[in-house]
Amino acid sequence: MEKNQEPIQQLNEIRSLMERSSRFISLSGLSGVSAGIIALIGAAAAYFYLDLGWRYTDLDAYSSAINANRFDHAYLFLITDALVVLLLALSAGIYFTTRKARRKGLKVWDHVARRMVINLMIPLITGGLFCIILLYHRLVFLVAPATLIFYGLALINASKYTFHEIRVLGLSEIILGLIASWLVGYGLIFWAVGFGILHIFYGLMMYYRYETSDISGDPKL
Amino acid sequence: MKDIIHNLNKQFESRVRLGIMSVLAANDEMDFNTLKELLDVTDGNLASHLAALEKSGMVEVRKQFIGRKPNTSYLITAYGRSAFREHLEFLARLVKQGKS
Repeated sequence: MEKNQEPIQQLNEIRSLMERSSRFISLSGLSGVSAGIIALIGAAAAYFYLDLGWRYTDLDAYSSAINANRFDHAYLFLITDALVVLLLALSAGIYFTTRKARRKGLKVWDHVARRMVINLMIPLITGGLFCIILLYHRLVFLVAPATLIFYGLALINASKYTFHEIRVLGLSEIILGLIASWLVGYGLIFWAVGFGILHIFYGLMMYYRYETSDISGDPKL
Repeated sequence: MKDIIHNLNKQFESRVRLGIMSVLAANDEMDFNTLKELLDVTDGNLASHLAALEKSGMVEVRKQFIGRKPNTSYLITAYGRSAFREHLEFLARLVKQGKS
């Protein structure tokens, strides 16, 4: 039977095991940064394509777009743009997270990863369906705020199984989404802040906290 | 020093058993294979430690079927949790003593 080490080592090992077994710690901050950059590019694409300008992204612009019969094009473009952003951000996120796991010698798709993804997906899919319903009712101006709110709820739900920063990020997204649904018409700019700037900010914070030094944190993490 | 060591629960002398208790304390329940992966031990080794912990009332075994596959999962008992907490406090005291 292997003998126990020093108390401080024992405590470190207990902490590491408790954390590793209940939280998804392979999530890389760079996933957030890349998702943020991709979101900003996507928002810029929408801005230039729709030729709305930040000041004009209000209800009138949406309705004038409808009246000018440009609506269906704009519609199609926005949906495609959003889906491309989602796909690219997800791929980049998976890439950086897999890389981090491999470097730490951890399995990526383990029981905590599964739990985290399931808990993330419940509010996220609900939000996705809700946005489709909003589009069906032609309530386009509420789509961007709704994506922020549901994404925030999804993050809070998933944060039980990963870093606590994700919870704070989720709260920020919800607050932003609520403001965005109040100040109707600035959807694109709030969306760019929520999915772009916040992702980059929290991604960098997590990257510097957990991935640059092995001294400050638990070396086993 | 001697009497402090005496205080230490015999079950926690083994690194594997302490590892099992750490994982079970942080999770509602845990299946055998995930435990094996987390602790990086062999089937036989893990099984014997789990059996010992079950016998001492620290761990509860739950057997069920997922579809047709039998699935065994392990849970920490209330007694196991309090013993584990005591052991943590004991370790923290040792560390504190070592520092002062």
